[in-house]
Formats: sequence, structure tokens, C-alpha cells
Amino acid sequence: MPEPAANTFAPPQTPTPPTRAAGGVGTPRPGGVGSSPTRPDAEAKVNGAFDYASDLEFPGMLWGHTLRSPHPRARIRAIDPAAALAMPGVAAVLTAADVPGKRHYGLIEADQPVLALDEVNYQGEPVAIIAADTLDLARLAAAAVAVDYEVLEPRCDPEAAVEAGDYFRYQPVRLGDPDAQQPAAVVTREYVVGMQDQAPLGPESGIAVPALDGGVELYVATQWVHADLEQLAPCLGLEPDRVHMAIAGIGGAFGAREDLSVQVHMAMLALATGRAVKMMYDRAESFVGHVHRHPARMRYEHAADADGRLLYVKARIVLDGGAYASTTEAVVGNAASLAVGPYEVEHVTVDAWGARTNNPPCGAMRGFGGVQTCFAYESQMDALAEALGLDPLEFRRRNAVAQGSKLITGQVVDAYDPGRADRGRPFSPLADMLGRVKDIPVPAVPVGRDIVDLPGGTGNTTHGEGVRRGVGYGVGLKNVCYSEGFDDYSTASVRLELVDGATVAYLHTAAAEVGQGHWSLQAQIARTELGVDRVELLPNDTKAGSAGSSSASRQSYMTGGAVKAACEAVRELWRDRDLADGPIEATRVFRHRATKPMDPVTGQGESHVQLALCVHRATVDVDVELGLVKVVDLTCVQDVGKIMNPVALEGQIHGGSAQGLGLAVMEEMITRDGRVMNASFTDYLIPTILDMPRMRLRIVENADPEAPYGLRGAGEPPTLSSTPAIVAAIRDATGLPLNQIPVRPEHLTAHFGRQP
Amino acid sequence: MSQTTAPFHTPADLAEALRLLAAHPEAVPVAGGTDLMVAVNYRLTRPAAMLDLTRLAELREWTDEGDAIRIGSGVPYARITAELATVLPGLAAAARTVGSPQIRNRGTLGGNLATASPAGDGHPPLLATGADIEIASARGTRTVPVEAFFTGPKRSVLQPGELITAVTVPKAAGPQQFLKVGTRNAMVIAVCSLAVALDLDARRLGTGIGSAGPTPLTAPDANLIELPWGRTGLFNDALAEEFGRRVAAAARPIDDVRGTAAYRRHALAVCAARALRRVWTAAHGGSGR
Ligand SMILES: Cc1cc2nc3c(=O)[nH]c(=O)nc-3n(C[C@H](O)[C@H](O)[C@H](O)COP(=O)(O)OP(=O)(O)OC[C@H]3O[C@@H](n4cnc5c(N)ncnc54)[C@H](O)[C@@H]3O)c2cc1C
Repeated sequence: MPEPAANTFAPPQTPTPPTRAAGGVGTPRPGGVGSSPTRPDAEAKVNGAFDYASDLEFPGMLWGHTLRSPHPRARIRAIDPAAALAMPGVAAVLTAADVPGKRHYGLIEADQPVLALDEVNYQGEPVAIIAADTLDLARLAAAAVAVDYEVLEPRCDPEAAVEAGDYFRYQPVRLGDPDAQQPAAVVTREYVVGMQDQAPLGPESGIAVPALDGGVELYVATQWVHADLEQLAPCLGLEPDRVHMAIAGIGGAFGAREDLSVQVHMAMLALATGRAVKMMYDRAESFVGHVHRHPARMRYEHAADADGRLLYVKARIVLDGGAYASTTEAVVGNAASLAVGPYEVEHVTVDAWGARTNNPPCGAMRGFGGVQTCFAYESQMDALAEALGLDPLEFRRRNAVAQGSKLITGQVVDAYDPGRADRGRPFSPLADMLGRVKDIPVPAVPVGRDIVDLPGGTGNTTHGEGVRRGVGYGVGLKNVCYSEGFDDYSTASVRLELVDGATVAYLHTAAAEVGQGHWSLQAQIARTELGVDRVELLPNDTKAGSAGSSSASRQSYMTGGAVKAACEAVRELWRDRDLADGPIEATRVFRHRATKPMDPVTGQGESHVQLALCVHRATVDVDVELGLVKVVDLTCVQDVGKIMNPVALEGQIHGGSAQGLGLAVMEEMITRDGRVMNASFTDYLIPTILDMPRMRLRIVENADPEAPYGLRGAGEPPTLSSTPAIVAAIRDATGLPLNQIPVRPEHLTAHFGRQP
Repeated sequence: MSQTTAPFHTPADLAEALRLLAAHPEAVPVAGGTDLMVAVNYRLTRPAAMLDLTRLAELREWTDEGDAIRIGSGVPYARITAELATVLPGLAAAARTVGSPQIRNRGTLGGNLATASPAGDGHPPLLATGADIEIASARGTRTVPVEAFFTGPKRSVLQPGELITAVTVPKAAGPQQFLKVGTRNAMVIAVCSLAVALDLDARRLGTGIGSAGPTPLTAPDANLIELPWGRTGLFNDALAEEFGRRVAAAARPIDDVRGTAAYRRHALAVCAARALRRVWTAAHGGSGR
């Protein structure tokens, strides 16, 4: 059995184990909250010994493979697996007719066929699955399955889909009366955001093993194992208690592992053959085997009065959801509710759609609906500041939300110490952060002398020729945890036990360690709360209650909160008991405060749990003749409420900023008539170390009174604000309007061709 | 039917390799494997057999032939950059741009040529300097000038049973430049690239263009631009720009996911003007820009 090993971390100095409660908040603890203990997975990941899902093997296992549609839209007339089945070593070829239970699944709406029924709606849609002795044989067998397609014209234009009423969700926001205002300045622009991919380095992978109880065991890289189970069991026609799942080593996620990928397919093959089945996508398949970030087309109109106060905002936002629903509904909710960002404005018209097309399905990715609009509203804030003759930071400061402000949904900003005031005015964390970023001098990074410090890098394209510097700012507002009335909770069990004379705390949750350092965080909380040093993490599996998803920047808040609550319960029991008499255990379910759905007509409602802010300043060097960009500095001010683990936090800010940099200047899944043109790391470019500058971070701790330890989710906000900051800096260097991301070299040089 | 049963021949020297290749024409040579194994992993090719070139000492050396350097086809990029930057600055600069350190440690010029991708970074400097490709088979050895080597996208004059044994590159007789445009600052396939070599002895200019046509290209018309040889003061921006226009005109680019044809032409013109200014200034005591 490929049981994932328990992850142990013991700090070097283990004092005499206490048998009576000694811990509690406020007791600093080596390896506790606020410190950066070595991650339990660090050494194995660095030396290559870590078992990722793709490394798992099982004696006698078969390899599964997916036959996918080459067409973005087609009717399936017939599927003939005979030639594939005749190949020696091929154990099974399954199609939609072989799905034991429900034919569809989905995170919000069950509309994604397990295997295509009589039509395919995107290129790469699974049509049949094959199990064979080797992966190569499974691929050859897939090629031998004869599928008779009637190819149809794909519908790829999201605007046309919206016109035709073909969308997953329409969400308006109505506030005040924009048309009745008398602005001093108005800017109207259109913005385009390309399709970004999460590009996790670990491909989709897992093993399914038939279980003795007639069910099936799955070891799989996933962000939310209980949501998998809930979708999987009905498709397999099994009771949920017959599906046993454990999270296998995850090589990055960023939203790509929220939807099912290999899960149902390998389980079907295992049940059909009675043997263990492994599936592992290659890079090309991974690019079509998970959902992407929604591409967007947005039209924004921003208006201000003569004092530099926002008067109104009108926004028309069309997100392309692709062929199936995935989480588009929730992404549209975020795009609409966060459409103007962290600014006060009393007159608003927002119309946001998630269109249905034959493009690749889009769903969760870090930033989740907040990224696209952030690029638009921050570009607008710069344009309007310029129109007003105001400094861009000053213009933002004048409009920044404060404690007690209302968002455009009517949600009151109540996430800060209510007693805290700023020169008699309600405290505005954003105004404070804008002041801080202003106080950090723009770094005097010399224009590079070595080619690796210049735009174009080792390509040796410039030795300084054509290089101009620019500086730009970006601010992002992201909701943390699940919004709009979702019952969002996490479960943790803690058992305190004497093991060979040592006090050991065992933690059991189903929370996915996707690389963010969540295992460390759980252990830190247990050390602080229980005053013990040795903490062991049990495998993350469905024997524990649901922890919810490792997404929405929520796991420190939610599973952190659950671990804290369970530790507190154990600590309470421990006051009256001696561990020598037996282990002490407690399980706790943690919920954040309730939220409400957005009103379908006005968009009003307290839809979000927690709000998190991040500010970036980017300094870039642009080779304006070749259109090549080198980001030479990113300065970031982020409010995290409480620094739980400094090293992990910095990693999140660096990583989030890098992903935002990628969207700003290089990352795009290019589709043509519904076909993906660059499903490889040769042509889907993500930033390298020569693209990502050293960062200057100023981390602010404005505690959220509602959240465990006052913390704010930190993983997503930097992904929002780094993109508009970088694009603003490129605008500053080039003087070009740049309304489309990623900014490509030809966008920066197109004007040369137009010169006489 | 597993993936590991294909025979893997491991000849110890070149003669044995050529014999084995004659006897097993289906065997695919593998040097660094940085092109081939990607194709194998994606099942774009399923070699019936492989022939390992990494043990052939003859291919892993370079020698000084007086006015040229003969580089064994199996010398990895990392060594070209480290050991040949003075005598072959253009090729060394190109080698430095290939992939990542891991790729440069394994990847070879022989593999680059045999793959014959229009985007191969090794090709433009070879075209700019007029290198010769040495090809051997059990039947004997032939030498092909690099301009005649490429016949189409990923196609060359290389025949089954033949191995590239060496590339002979004239020693630099003046400054050389290689510029590669990519949408990322490292580890990127060229959107377009350009090599320029100034031969002060022969008073000749050489060019090589990458990723802007069905094969790597030269720019004969640009090579013939009239330069004020020996007269420092007479070089000017108009000359550099005219050279840029001629290089751009020699390109035959297409639109693809890496860039548009229009951008490639524009970028080549910019790169060419910069390259010519740099080599000219370097030759005439300037800063080397
Ligand atoms: C991550 C990555 C990044 C890359 N970046 C670049 C880049 O920036 N620029 C670039 O130009 N390339 C790049 N490449 C492609 C590749 O590294 C180069 O083309 C390299 O030169 C190939 O050499 P090799 O020795 O690895 O060839 P192999 O993969 O061993 O062989 C390639 C082909 O050549 C044949 N072959 C090899 N040697 C001989 C010989 N002596 N005689 C006859 N046939 C032979 C093989 O049969 C095979 O068909 C990259 C590849 C990867 C994986």
C-alpha cells in the first residue's frame, strides 16, 4: 500500500516533556507561531526524495490513459474500441456507456461529462479511457480507438455567446445613479486579459486501487479531497463510504487541482479491471487536462470630480468560461463584487458575465476573478489620475476605503480595530500602505552592466541601447475564504499522547499541502497552543473531516482555525488530566462568519468574509526598440494581519508576485478557433530567475479581530497587484497605452511600423 | 511491449559507430539527448534502436587547425562558451543563450545541426563565418558548407547511415556578435536571432539569421554593404540602419505563437543595426558595444 508517510518535525532541542498543560497563546515557543521552522517536506523536496503523486507505484498496476477530442466541437457518431481491445496487454477501453453512475460531475454545477456522451465541446475533452500494461501501450491503444466525429463549427467568441444568452452567470451591481453625475474628468478604456495557466510543475497524477470492501482507494494530488469524493462517488455508483481517498504529494496547484482530472477515470478503470491503475498526464495533456484562468474583455468608464474623488464607475466585464461550468459562477461573483477595487465610490453600474464557449474550460486560479478586474481598475486609476493632473498614489489615497467604508456591494469594511483612528478619521489601512510604499525610495538599480541584468538577458540584444526606465504602481483587493453564503468550514483532530516518555501531538486534517507550507503552519499552531515540541502530522485523507480547499487564501484561516480550536479543547481537558492516564483527543469544526449571496439584480450583500490588500511598485527597464522588458525591482507592501511564518509568507509574496509578472509580460495560453496553440513549456513561458527581480517587502500586521491570530490570507493578493504595477511601469517607460496583457514585444514596437 | 526493449548500441569509437549504423540503419543516434528525448517522451518518435554517441572520444574534442577550429560534433555548449570565447566569439555567445545550464552541459552542436530547426541557436554564427560541416559514414567522409546544409524546416542533407563528426569554423578575424530575441530573459526559443562577423583581414561582413524563415538564412545583400574599411570616422547610423533594412529584407518570417512576421522583421533590423555598430566600434577601438 503506498501509504504516504506521516510528516514529522522535531526541533533539535527537546526539553523535558511537560505532562501538565503549559502552553497557550502568548507563550513564545521554538517552532511555534511567528517562527520559521524547517518545513517537514523541505529536505525530501530539495534532495529529490519526496514522493510526488507521479512517483507512486503499486505492484501489478496498470497504466491508464485518456483519449481526448482533437476537435473543439463535434458530434460523436460512433466509437469503436475493437482494434484497441485486440492489442495484447490492453486491459480495458471504457466510454460514456461504461460510467457506472452519474454521467456528469462539477464543482458547482454537475455539467462536465465523465466521458463525452454524444458530443464534445472543447479540444481535449475526454472521450474514452484505456488501461494497459504500460503507459506507451495505453497511448498506442488510445490511438487505435476509432471515433467517428461529425465536426461542427466551434463557438469561440465570448461576446457573441453573451449576446446569444449563452452564459453561466450574469451578475450586475447597481449603486446610486452614475448617469446623474457631473464629472470633471472621465476616462473610458477597453482591456483584454489573456488566458493564463496555473502551470503547476507536477502533472495531474494518482493511483486507484480496488478495495476489499468493493470500493476503491485513491491516492491523488488534489486541493480538496472531500470535494473530489463528493463528485466521484455518485459517478462510480458507490456509497461515499466505499471511496477512500488520500492526498498524494502535490507539485503545485494554484487552482488547477480544484476540478477533477484523473480521479474518476482511474477509479473506473480500477473497478473495471480489478487492478490498481495509475494515471499521469504528460505536459501537453496537463495543459488541456485542467481549467485555466478566465480570459477577459472589459470596458471601464471612470469619472471623478475636481477634488479627485471618484464619482462613478461603469464596467462591462465578459469572462470566457469555456465549455463547462467549473467555478465560473463564483469567479463572476468575485469579478463583479471587486470590480472597482479598494476605493470608495457611490455610483456604480457593473455588468459581469461568464460566457459559455467552445474554448478550454476556465475555473480556479490564484486570484480567482480578482486578477482580471484589478488590471482594469488600476489602469483606470492611473489614467484618471493623469487626466486630473494628480499623482497616482495621491489619487488612490483620496479614494481609499477605510474602516466603516462600504464596498460597491454595500459590504461594510469592518476588518480593523474599530477604535483605531487616523487623525480623527477612520483608519484606512490602504492609505497607510500607500504612504509606506511612497516612503520607500525607488531603488537606484543601475541600468545593468552585465547582459543578464538588461532586457533580453543572455540574448545579448542590448548593451544599454534603447533602454528606458519606468515606474508604476498597483493595488489589489482580494476576498479571503469562500463567499456568497457558502458553508465554508474545516475540521481538525488533535491527539496528545505520551510516546516512550515524550509528549507528542498528532494532528489529523484533510488539508492539502500544495507547497504553501501548510504542514509547518499546523505544527506551529499546535506547538504554541499546547506547549509541546513534537508534533506529527497524520496523512491527509478522507478519514478526517473536510478541511475545505487549499484555495481562496483560506487554509491558514480555516484549517489553522480548526487546529487552534482543537488544541484549545485538548488544552482544556489536559488541565484536569494526566497524560500518563491515556491520550487526550479533540476534534473541532471551524467556521468563519456567515456571508450572503449577492442580490441578483443589485449585487448588494455582505458577500465576503475577509478582505486583504496588497500594494506593488514596479521598476522596469524596457528596450523600447525591441519591446523587451526586464523588471528590475518589485517593492511590495502587504497587510497580512499576523505574520504566522515569516519565511513561508515571503515565499507566498514572491511567488504570487512572480505569477502576476508572468501574466503581465509572458504567460498566455493562445487559442485559435478553440484550439490550444502552445501546450508546452517551450511556448507557454513562465518567469525564470532572470525575469524575477529581488523584492523589497514591507509587511504590515493590521489584525483582523474576526480571524485566528488576527491573520489575513496572504497567498493571492500579490498576484493581483503585481500585474498592473508592472504594466504601469512599462507605460511609464514607453508612453504607450497598453490595454492588453500579457504585453508582448510586438505591442511595444507596433508603432514603429506605422511611422512614415 | 514495454518502452525499454529497443536495442541501445554503445559503440566505443567512431569506426565502430559507423559500422553499427551501417548494419542497423534504423538506429537513431543520440548525443546530448536534449532534442531527441523530448520527442521520445512525447511519443513523437518511437526509435526502434538507439546509437549512443557520448562515448566517442573523437567527437568530444576540439582542435586548433591554424586558421580554423575543428569542433567535434559532441562538444557540449558549456565547453564552447568556456573554452572558445576568444577564438570563436560569435559561436560562444550563441552557445551561452542555449537553454539552461543543464541543457548546455548536455546539448551539442552536432545535435543542433542534425535537428536542423530554423530556431537552432548554433546555426547563425556558423553561417556568418562560413563554417564547414564534416559528415562521415561507413562509405567515407564528405564536407558540406553550412549554407548548403539546411534544406527545409527540420531537414538537412544528412542521409541515413551518416553522422556529423565535426564542424570547422574559421577563427575570428575581427569582432563578432550574436543577438537572440526572446520573450523571456533566459531559457527561451528564439523569436529571431542574428549573428554578424566582421572579417578585418578579408574586409568582409558575414551574417546569419535564425528563426525567421524555413531554414536558418544568410543575408548576402546585407553582407555586401559598403563599409568605410580602415577609415574610422566615416561610419554612421545611416549605414547601420541600411544594414538593418537589408537583413530584414533577407528574412522570410511567418506569424506564429512566438511572434508575428512583422515583429521579426522589425527586430532583425534593430538587432542588425546594433550588431554592426558594436562590431565596427569594437574593431576601431571603441567600447565593444
Ligand atoms: C529545455 C530545453 C531548452 C532548449 N533550448 C534551446 C535553445 O535555447 N536553443 C537551441 O538551439 N536549442 C535548444 N534546445 C534544443 C537542444 O538542446 C539543442 O538543439 C541541442 O543542440 C541538441 O543537441 P543534443 O546533443 O542534445 O542532440 P540529441 O537530442 O542527442 O539529438 C538531436 C538529433 O540529432 C541527431 N544527432 C545528434 N548528434 C548527431 C550526430 N553527431 N550526427 C548525426 N545526427 C546526430 C539525433 O539522432 C537526433 O535526431 C533546448 C532543449 C531543451 C530540452
